[in-house]
Amino acid sequence: MSLDKLKGKVWKVGADIDTDVIIAARYLNRSEGEYLAAHCLEVLIPDITTKVQPGDILVAGKNFGCGSSREHAPLALKHAGFSCIIAESFARIFNRNAINIGLPVVVAPEAAREIKERTLLEVEPSTGIINDLTNQKTYQGEAFPAFMLEILSCGGAIPYVREKVKKHV
Amino acid sequence: MGMTITEKILAANAGLDKVSAGELVTAKLDLVLANDVTGPISIKEFEKIGVEKVFDEEKVVLIPDHFAPAKDIPSAQQCLDIKNFAHKHNLKHYYEVGRCGNEHCFLPEQGLVLPGDVVIGADSHTCTYGGLGAFSTGVGSTDLAVGMAMGELWFRVPETMQVVLKGKPRNPWVTGKDYILAVIGKIGVDGACYKALEFTGEAISNLSIDARMTMTSMAIEAGAKNGVMHVDEKTIEYVKGKAKRPWQVYESDADAVYSEVIEIDVTELQPQVAFPYLPSNTKDVQEATNIKIDQVVIGSCTNGRWEDLQIAADLLKGQKVHPEVRTIVIPGTQALYLRAVQEGLVQTFVEAGAVVSTPTCGPCLGGYMGILAKGERAVATTNRNFVGRMGHPESEVYLTNPAVAAASAILGRIASPEEVSK
Repeated sequence: MSLDKLKGKVWKVGADIDTDVIIAARYLNRSEGEYLAAHCLEVLIPDITTKVQPGDILVAGKNFGCGSSREHAPLALKHAGFSCIIAESFARIFNRNAINIGLPVVVAPEAAREIKERTLLEVEPSTGIINDLTNQKTYQGEAFPAFMLEILSCGGAIPYVREKVKKHV
Repeated sequence: MGMTITEKILAANAGLDKVSAGELVTAKLDLVLANDVTGPISIKEFEKIGVEKVFDEEKVVLIPDHFAPAKDIPSAQQCLDIKNFAHKHNLKHYYEVGRCGNEHCFLPEQGLVLPGDVVIGADSHTCTYGGLGAFSTGVGSTDLAVGMAMGELWFRVPETMQVVLKGKPRNPWVTGKDYILAVIGKIGVDGACYKALEFTGEAISNLSIDARMTMTSMAIEAGAKNGVMHVDEKTIEYVKGKAKRPWQVYESDADAVYSEVIEIDVTELQPQVAFPYLPSNTKDVQEATNIKIDQVVIGSCTNGRWEDLQIAADLLKGQKVHPEVRTIVIPGTQALYLRAVQEGLVQTFVEAGAVVSTPTCGPCLGGYMGILAKGERAVATTNRNFVGRMGHPESEVYLTNPAVAAASAILGRIASPEEVSK
């Protein structure tokens, strides 16, 4: 994934958004990104793929992605076009899954509370710096720990491990 | 400064004398688990890593249970994907439908998970095995792929939150499900986020192993990385006939560091009902008895074990399921199913007007075998009541223990077990 600055329009959702709401289990009989994206957050944002522009940013309350371990959830969000997710906090498995598939997640409680729908944001995931370009305000989210930055700079967990495997051969 | 059980297990598997909360470690994996929903993605990712084989063909377990027996053609393909992979890699622990069951009921029953193990599973309820004194946690498919290839994975050592359950419940229908719902009701769905939940106290010692695993299965519902319990004589009795390899018992030190200690006195605790749409939305059953229902589900990795079936059967014996209610009983494994046939439980359920399903996760996650229509309400012994969890986004799931579920099935509304017990 790119660790460069990301720019996009904000979509907002509330607290405790669970993985069933992100992608209901009845769609888990398939795992293609486009299929999952078509049903992503469908209870909250029906027909999401016709609304979200590639690069848009999802801003959520606390405990985003709680519930199931389904990696289909970050995959659906990524393929729906979101470039990044900002939240007050993330559920543990979702957080790991997002990083593993190369979807940046930024913990930024103040930003998540204050930023409004449709605002234009610029986000630098590696430092956690969030610029609200519409309202000219900067927020400092949490920066990634060094170890996770290493995974992200490789493009996710699989390329990271593949590099390790190659070095051993 | 001492260590907790969780810290000791992670330290041992990371080859370190000591670890503390917040530290990043790479730990060896004793078992790696995936199912028909998460396995296919893991397999795709595994094949990108560039290794020829899984790290150990004895330690990778694949179980078709979520949409198996397959509910439709794409699900059949997913089941076939894991079967083909198991065959290709000569996995010793792949089980076809009819020889397994719900993964988290099946693995402990088979002695595949043991005290002191580090287990990862591409299923959030993998935390169940903490009831046997293991460190076990749910991961996504990509982490699972890494685990299958490397036999190790990185972990951040979690802070441990200790939950001390004191006393003996006066209400005879209160059990592990009510304890864990009470804990989640108290601390919230992210109350233990990223942490280990260590359950201890007299009330835990008095629980059966089945009821302990009910509790640890739902540690994730408080956001925890793992739930864990001390090993005692009941654990050893449970494990010793099943284990085919050595295991290790770890105890938390007296001076172990806890991020928080919570005490709950269960003496006056009543059976709990978690209202839609969060498991933390709990009330005493007595406050819920005016809610009419359409369906009851008794089963799942949380409450699909022998004790659960027995409690439900005792209440349903000689009774009838309410004319307007469907009741679906799902034994957790084939062995439990057979025992339920042999000991007459299946007859009790069928005579009462319930259906008895083959083991599957099915309705718990809204897969099949009991999906709710718009506006319908279910009482379920499962673990999640999120929006649309069991079907239509405008349906509702109320989480309870098996006794409340059985009583509700009879009365057609949420009911307290003493309303129907003889």
